[in-house]
Amino acid sequence: MSAREEILARVRKAVAGAGDVEIPRHYRADRQGGDLVELFAERVDDYRAIVHVVPAAEVPGKIDECLGERRMIVPDGFGREGGWHDVNTADGVVTNCAVAIAETGTIVLDHGPGQGTRAQTLVPDYHLCVVRADQIVPGVPEAVARLDPARPLTWISGPSATSDIELNRVEGVHGPRTLEVIIST
Amino acid sequence: MSATFLGMPGSFPENSREAVQNSQLRFNLRKATHTIRDKRASVVGELPDWQELRAAGKAIKDHTLRNLDRYLIQLEAAVTEAGGTVHWARDAAEANRIVTDLVKATGETEVVKVKSMATQEIELNQALAEHGITAYETDLAELIVQLGDDFPSHILVPAIHRNRSEIREIFLDKMPHVSADLTDDPPALTEAARLHLRERFLRSKVAISGANFMVAETGTLVVLESEGNGRMCLTLPETLISVVGIEKLLPSWRDLEVFLQLLPRSSTGERMNPYTSMWTGAVEGQEFHLVLLDNGRTDVLADEVGRQALRCIRCSACLNVCPVYERAGGHAYGSVYPGPIGAILTPQLRGMSSELDASLPFASSLCGACYEACPVAIDIPEVLVDLRAKAPHAAAEKAGMKVAGWILNDHERLARAQRAATRVRKLVPKRLPGPLSAWTDTRDLPEIPEESFRDWWERNERA
Ligand code: SF4
Repeated sequence: MSAREEILARVRKAVAGAGDVEIPRHYRADRQGGDLVELFAERVDDYRAIVHVVPAAEVPGKIDECLGERRMIVPDGFGREGGWHDVNTADGVVTNCAVAIAETGTIVLDHGPGQGTRAQTLVPDYHLCVVRADQIVPGVPEAVARLDPARPLTWISGPSATSDIELNRVEGVHGPRTLEVIIST
Repeated sequence: MSATFLGMPGSFPENSREAVQNSQLRFNLRKATHTIRDKRASVVGELPDWQELRAAGKAIKDHTLRNLDRYLIQLEAAVTEAGGTVHWARDAAEANRIVTDLVKATGETEVVKVKSMATQEIELNQALAEHGITAYETDLAELIVQLGDDFPSHILVPAIHRNRSEIREIFLDKMPHVSADLTDDPPALTEAARLHLRERFLRSKVAISGANFMVAETGTLVVLESEGNGRMCLTLPETLISVVGIEKLLPSWRDLEVFLQLLPRSSTGERMNPYTSMWTGAVEGQEFHLVLLDNGRTDVLADEVGRQALRCIRCSACLNVCPVYERAGGHAYGSVYPGPIGAILTPQLRGMSSELDASLPFASSLCGACYEACPVAIDIPEVLVDLRAKAPHAAAEKAGMKVAGWILNDHERLARAQRAATRVRKLVPKRLPGPLSAWTDTRDLPEIPEESFRDWWERNERA
């Protein structure tokens, strides 16, 4: 018998006669509204990321200000010219996102247009992410519902961090050490 | 699992006695468990629907286990459809053989690894080494453990038994390019690890990971982490091999909404861990292999009481609240799974033929704190008592006596344990654990209020 057949047979034998269970879903989901921008900004800030809340018209100027003289990767579809291409020598990357979660201060990238490849948002030391207010959802259930599992997804909650040495939190191990977020309202 | 994981042939009580005498270890453990415990309590308290999430998490896992055959087949189809290849491994040897062959086929002799308990369980690194393949751990704590030629002591913070000056010594000794003026400041040590691994990430062609979750409906794998080493391994190499226990399955995409709330808050005490990666099949041109691992899990599944241990999402909350773990440390448990979950999982996965494994169900005062903390409501005390009844009598009794003696040295602790035990007495099983009689026969027990576990037990024994 193949390993596959044997494992499946063992599973069937192990659970034969066991009853099934109903899944109670009485937790919060499908929430609407609320001042999500403020909550999201506060929660992102809690991770020691830098946050700006800016009216949509002022976003391009704010991006310029954040980027300064950095050699930045600007992914296809971001809607800005130029940029650096080599991930190993770039100082940073600027992206959009797919969804943002207020309650947990999380940004989710699905690596679609304007969001770069997974490596582009990982290797450079600085990540600037522009989040539109209408992309912010209240919690995890609302985010999961909006995302497409067929795409690779990267959930980001603050900069890379470790607490492995005597539980001291140190920002920046292998991912970007600085995360900056512009919320466009 | 090999019974020699820690080179500790002794029983849990013997191992823990050594740990209790090591004051640095006890200090580190106490600090770690209490810090994480407090953080967890505060972020769990933030969610008004925590108990509802917990109930859903428990039920989703039970439903999955009940229908595991169907969901495994669905997962296999979805991963294959998305360009991945699925392999099945009955035991550690088979899994190691599959992974070794996959690595050999790439022609590479080095692989990078993301921290994974399943690959530790099967001792994959050693198996690869026998075939001339070097596996590099990339999680900072695992790196410290690996470079120090040592074993992990905690699920979440595996190097918690090491302090900063020991870590500095290890780095100076084992990292080729590290400068002699490296300080023992955590940011400096972290920077050294970053530089040490960066080039390796960019160069490696093969990565090996585990996964926190697999979604049957979509074929998606999920890895939660903090440092970004996971993202490096999952993203950069040309070939990715994930070794995952068959119990890590969730039926539907939607189920992640429950577990992505339960796991980070229970584990690191954060609202969300810094990075979570999800991928379905072969992504961005990468070759993807999934190795589904049984290695004793179907035996656990066959046990009506013990199968709930397969709900475990390895958050380590039960370790951080356990008074026995806090004193004994992770190494005493002699397996990759320490603490309360280890005490019920290890003897089930590898049987109770060794003295160590037979003594593990006694590594608890049955205070019930682990059950309260567990995000998937695993009734660890219930399984412990059930396993005690099944343990080979002579060895277990001897071991049980040792643990009893050790805990009874601390009257206050015992009283607290018993008070807590009264709250979980409805969970105490029908069968009476034989070896426990030795406790009450030979020891003078302190008075305790209300009906304690001991009172309950005595009353029921007489009845
Ligand atoms: S048994 Fe529960 S608390 Fe312990 S590690 Fe597993 S899921 Fe977490």
